[in-house]
Amino acid sequence: MYVAVKGGEKAIRNAHKLLAKQRRGRTDVPALTIDQIAEQLAISVARVMGEGSLYDEALAALAIKQSRGDLIEAAFLIRAYRTTLPRFGYSEPLDTANMLVERRISATYKDLPGGQLLGPTFDYTHRLLDFTLAAEGEAPLDAVETAAIDEGPMPRVTDLLSDEGLMETDPLPQEDDVVGDLTREPLSFPADRDLRLQNLARGDEGFLLALAYSSQRGYGRTHPFTGEIRYGAVEVEFFAEELGFAVSLGEIKLTECQMVNQFDGSAKTPPKFTRGYGLVFGQVERKAMAMSMVDRSLRWEELGEECTAPVQDAEFVLSHSDNIQATGFVEHLKLPHYVDFQAELDLVRRMRKEWFAAREKRDEDLGLSETKEQEAAE
Amino acid sequence: MDPHSESAKMASGPKPTPPSTPKTARQQAMALLASADPAQLTEMVDALPVSTAHEIVRPAETGLVMARGRMGGTGSPFNLGEVTVTRCVVRLSSGEVGSAYTLGRNKQHTRNAALCDALWQHPAHTVVIDSMIITPLAEMRDAARHLVKAETAATKVDFFTMVRGDD
Repeated sequence: MYVAVKGGEKAIRNAHKLLAKQRRGRTDVPALTIDQIAEQLAISVARVMGEGSLYDEALAALAIKQSRGDLIEAAFLIRAYRTTLPRFGYSEPLDTANMLVERRISATYKDLPGGQLLGPTFDYTHRLLDFTLAAEGEAPLDAVETAAIDEGPMPRVTDLLSDEGLMETDPLPQEDDVVGDLTREPLSFPADRDLRLQNLARGDEGFLLALAYSSQRGYGRTHPFTGEIRYGAVEVEFFAEELGFAVSLGEIKLTECQMVNQFDGSAKTPPKFTRGYGLVFGQVERKAMAMSMVDRSLRWEELGEECTAPVQDAEFVLSHSDNIQATGFVEHLKLPHYVDFQAELDLVRRMRKEWFAAREKRDEDLGLSETKEQEAAE
Repeated sequence: MDPHSESAKMASGPKPTPPSTPKTARQQAMALLASADPAQLTEMVDALPVSTAHEIVRPAETGLVMARGRMGGTGSPFNLGEVTVTRCVVRLSSGEVGSAYTLGRNKQHTRNAALCDALWQHPAHTVVIDSMIITPLAEMRDAARHLVKAETAATKVDFFTMVRGDD
């Protein structure tokens, strides 16, 4: 029997007022502006856009402000918001070879065309707190250096080795390709690589990081090398039916990671280098790398490898990567479960009663047998 | 495998305008309008010496476009995530219909972009739109891109070989 209980409206209203007060904090401290968040917490903004699966810096910044910096809550707000908007359609596939590159590195080829461009990175910093940032009014910045531009092409590193057949080529698009879309059809298994990549692109950074780490530590070996990471702006094009041609919508910032993996070959495939692919909104390099490693691990079946580790288990990985779903199910546990628990209480009381009764009976039986044994011994 | 031959194969796909097709002048102008700074574009439109009277055919509307990537960069497409997009259609009294699609939710930006697209198609206004809006936008975009490239170039690693002391 289900018994609905109402109540708590006033408490909820007051709790939300209190939340609003706590969110604002001390009023003698200036309120954050959306621009400040978008400009100065850009990597948080990128993470919310990625896991919220919606590229809009101002919306993500607003969500971060509203959620008090709880990035999963912010991504949740973004996912909820996107359901209020109509879908115009699908973009033309993004061309990352034409990226306006702000960072591009390869850990496999020192002298690749276009060179190693460090760009704005935390790499090679000493991870020492910079107390000058805590001072009232930051010190003026050092002037940024500029240098002569190399206008030569900057090929994706994976295009360099493919002549020899050493590097696997990408799966060619088929005319009748139907591209799976998790926002239209819920995830089902087996999941093809298009669905897997969409799932990973909006998956939780921490979860993917831990899975990628597990694959390095021996739970499903991937032998990864960072073939290339590139970050920068890419034009988004949309085919407008009424115009009959593709229009440029503007540019979005992306991080792309090509992880190269040694592959010993199998019955199906000769030895060569295989690749995992990561593509994420904004400068979220750690996630792009983790995504590419998890993508490669999930390709075990196609390459004829053995499945031995959690990171290779598509059902496990893809079903648990979405932090909005995860937080929904975990956090629902704090909602009232009074009726369910009442039923459990009744059940456990009955089970205890039966257990004690059974023990009493057993003791009696044992007592009898002990007496018999004693008699026999005498 | 030569990546160019791959894009040639993609050109035979179902989409009418593959990325390799050179952009028309109108597409290039629309791209610049879409990527313009909204406040800057408003100033430019306000400064136009021609009538900007127009009617709204389709009011500015914000929606979503699902951005697609390609597996490995050049392979089959997959859905990466959505972007917010605002679109608008306007018509001049002389009949030219202008369209705009812009990233984000700034309706005034989109409406200005659609207006400029309509004016650009009017034979008497193409030159003025080109000289007062499109060309300056192109110059600003090129300058911004040049700065990004020059700043990035300064972070390029110059490798040198360490010579061992006992050699």
